[in-house]
Amino acid sequence: MAEKEKLTLVVFSGDLDRALAAFMLATTGASMGMEVTMFFTFWGLNVIKKNEGSIKSKGIMRKMLNVMNRGGSSRLKMSKFHMFGLGTWMMKRLMKEVNLPSIEEFITMAHQMGVKMVPCSTSCGMMGLSEDAFRSEAEGIAGAAYFLNEARNSKVTLFI
Amino acid sequence: MKADQSLDCMGLYCPMPIVKTAEKMKQLKKGEVLEVVADDKGIKQDMPAWCEATGHECLGIEEKGGEIRTYVRKAHD
Repeated sequence: MAEKEKLTLVVFSGDLDRALAAFMLATTGASMGMEVTMFFTFWGLNVIKKNEGSIKSKGIMRKMLNVMNRGGSSRLKMSKFHMFGLGTWMMKRLMKEVNLPSIEEFITMAHQMGVKMVPCSTSCGMMGLSEDAFRSEAEGIAGAAYFLNEARNSKVTLFI
Repeated sequence: MKADQSLDCMGLYCPMPIVKTAEKMKQLKKGEVLEVVADDKGIKQDMPAWCEATGHECLGIEEKGGEIRTYVRKAHD
């Protein structure tokens, strides 16, 4: 086939439901032979933070932020009906019931399919996150110019 | 319809049947036919769309008693 078509996703949200939508599109795009880049920014960074260990950052405000906003694929909440965890727990059970992969499994799958997962440099800087706050599937840290250049060459670009 | 290989996607919802089809197609040789058995109605639209995007050939869709069989011929490596 000719040169691969590109799909670029901005994952701004750290909500479970929105992350699910993003990974469904990313893995489907990769299955369709597209070259997929996911650009994680702001709350979206929570999706690709490591699940285990603590997040190291400098300064009292950033330390507080990273305790209160710990993140990690297993800690994501629903944008609606979280209900102190009950709603999210139920939704995860429903996902399992229809054999849908968890966010954790989607990340592994997407990575194996060649989906690029890139954290945004400005959000990382502001929130005091370095590359080792993220799981190994994430690669590099890049800025808006990188994203826009990817988007410029993409057939499809979405902001989630 | 006769197929060279079959893929069971019963009980799976979008995007899993498509993701699994793409993975399975790697094992087929050019010209061979893959049968995908699913019960998610979305596949009736998704498989032709996937074929259009990837250049493989969607040979047909058969539906019987909630079981949807789609047939795809691998058109290229």
